[in-house]
Amino acid sequence: MDLLGNLALGFGVAFTAQNLMYAFFGSVLGTLIGVLPGLGPVATIAMLLPSIYSLDATPALIMLAGIYYGAQYGGSTTAILINVPGESSSVVTAIDGYQMARQGRAGAALAAAGLGSFFAGCVGTVIIAAFAPPLTELAFKFGPQEYFSLMVLGLIGAVVLASGSLIKAIAMIILGLLLAQINTDVISGTARYSFDIPELTDGIGFVVIAMGVFGFGEIIANLGMPAEHREVFTKSVKGLWPTKQDFKEAWPAVLRGTALGSLLGVLPGGGALLASFAAYTVEKKVAGASGRFGKGDIRGVAGPESANNAGAQTSFIPMLTLGIPPNAVMALMVGAMTIKGIQPGPQVMTSNPQLFWGLIASMWVGNAMLVILNLPLIGIWIKLLTVPYRFLFPAITLFCCIGVYTLNNNTFDVYMTAAFAVVGYVFYKLSCEPAPLLLGFILGPMMEENLRRALLLSRGDWGTFFVRPLSAGLLAAAALMIVIVLLPSIKSKREEAFQEE
Amino acid sequence: MKIKSQRDFWSGLMFVVVGVVFAVGATNYSMGTSARPGPGYFPLILSILMALLGSFVLFKSLTIEVEGGDPIGAIAWRPLLVIVASITVFGAALPRLGLVITVPILILMTSLAGDEFKWKGVLATAVVLTVGSWAIFVLGLKLVIPMWPWFVG
Repeated sequence: MDLLGNLALGFGVAFTAQNLMYAFFGSVLGTLIGVLPGLGPVATIAMLLPSIYSLDATPALIMLAGIYYGAQYGGSTTAILINVPGESSSVVTAIDGYQMARQGRAGAALAAAGLGSFFAGCVGTVIIAAFAPPLTELAFKFGPQEYFSLMVLGLIGAVVLASGSLIKAIAMIILGLLLAQINTDVISGTARYSFDIPELTDGIGFVVIAMGVFGFGEIIANLGMPAEHREVFTKSVKGLWPTKQDFKEAWPAVLRGTALGSLLGVLPGGGALLASFAAYTVEKKVAGASGRFGKGDIRGVAGPESANNAGAQTSFIPMLTLGIPPNAVMALMVGAMTIKGIQPGPQVMTSNPQLFWGLIASMWVGNAMLVILNLPLIGIWIKLLTVPYRFLFPAITLFCCIGVYTLNNNTFDVYMTAAFAVVGYVFYKLSCEPAPLLLGFILGPMMEENLRRALLLSRGDWGTFFVRPLSAGLLAAAALMIVIVLLPSIKSKREEAFQEE
Repeated sequence: MKIKSQRDFWSGLMFVVVGVVFAVGATNYSMGTSARPGPGYFPLILSILMALLGSFVLFKSLTIEVEGGDPIGAIAWRPLLVIVASITVFGAALPRLGLVITVPILILMTSLAGDEFKWKGVLATAVVLTVGSWAIFVLGLKLVIPMWPWFVG
């Protein structure tokens, strides 16, 4: 069995003392930022990127992955206890979880979320291990045409499944692609859009954009809002174990959530956020009139929480096998791999099997750690919730600043980040989603290279993208997605689904 | 003509302007041909697409009625200016004054962005974070960051 052999290799790597330590560190840090509202995984991973210079590739990626799924666990804790989702993927958890907490069943809700997430995480890990090799094989058949079309599909998918205005989201992708054009052209060596500033000829660092737009932009937006009053259910967390009745209701929801989440996570643009929304809708439909949704139904916690964790896991599949990030966090992971000198793509599995399988195995290890961390230590996390934002934001600002500076030991990057902080706030004010911009920015250079190579091969014939069956299929899928979303009936459903955000 | 959606109007305008600027910039570089695309080929296509999408958003914002007019709302000038100024000062000060002085300056400045400013809390935060960032970044991660101002070291 190849699968078992590979997993054995992976667990061998994951169970070394060093890697266990980084998985633990990542999970704890992830839970921490998940618990703290106003600091998301994107900004945190961007902040930590400079630090991975001193690490090997495998522990570095294990740590970053831990932050991502740790944030999913932490986000649900705040959603249940104070009705403030720490992460956007926990928005729906807050609806029923908070009601359960008010009825004194916070323990049951936290346990359902934790155990459901753990189960989903395990399934997600197995799915990655099973599906990554065949997908990788398929990817080796790809020429530049297929890669270009795949990236088009990936980018379109990323916005179709996201919330907000479709046209604005596509415009944001293109803005990202354009910003990525500020560099030195690889083929001719021409410096583009550099205005004779030497730092710009190397292009803008994606950490600069991520940090400016996601880190600082968010801080400014948060500070602009009036301080909110929070009601914390600190004392009422007792009786951690759900009752028999709770178990009976929750486990089918966990199964459905896991299945749905695993499926949606693989899709471009999927991942945790979409999975949890879809799962909540499904649970509400399945329960029908018998449900107590909105009034503290355990299924409304178990389903979405399992789904967002499964989605978070399986969104690694397109990143690991094709080198194409389906969401902003994965885009940063691609950036991290590039920093460590690993070209993301199908060859990673064969050229760095230790890294590939070690990362996958570490996800299971990290999930196990998280259940242990979150359920018994819940008291510690609750304490953290009482830290006021006025202590937090100077610290976040400081870490972002140091992070940007140390990236190249360069103050130019710090000034650029300040500029992008303004840009980020403008995006926030104009309700333009910044995540598609980051995806476009990461994929920009790859897209241009593949486009030009494809055109070179076909002697300038754009038809080449439609003649090759695989490429044509990918483009057709992208077109189909846009058409479906624009259909009036789906359009209203989509708006409905995201209105709770 | 009346603007029906403020947010869409301004974002549409932003997209159009960016598209036009990049398109004009692209004309400085060789276009090449389809068979042999030059450095200006891809940016030009992108910037035209960008301008088209922007004008569509702009058109929509002037024609389709939106409930409430989608106002942009008050701009949080204070946090915006304070945070941006703090980052800039940090960039200018760090290579000259070192971590020991720059961190407290940054904390003092950023704290002005919030609603509350309490000297005790801010000073405590500054001390904790200065020591903390030395421990994490210099001691732990072994990053090369200037520690002391130029006149000391």
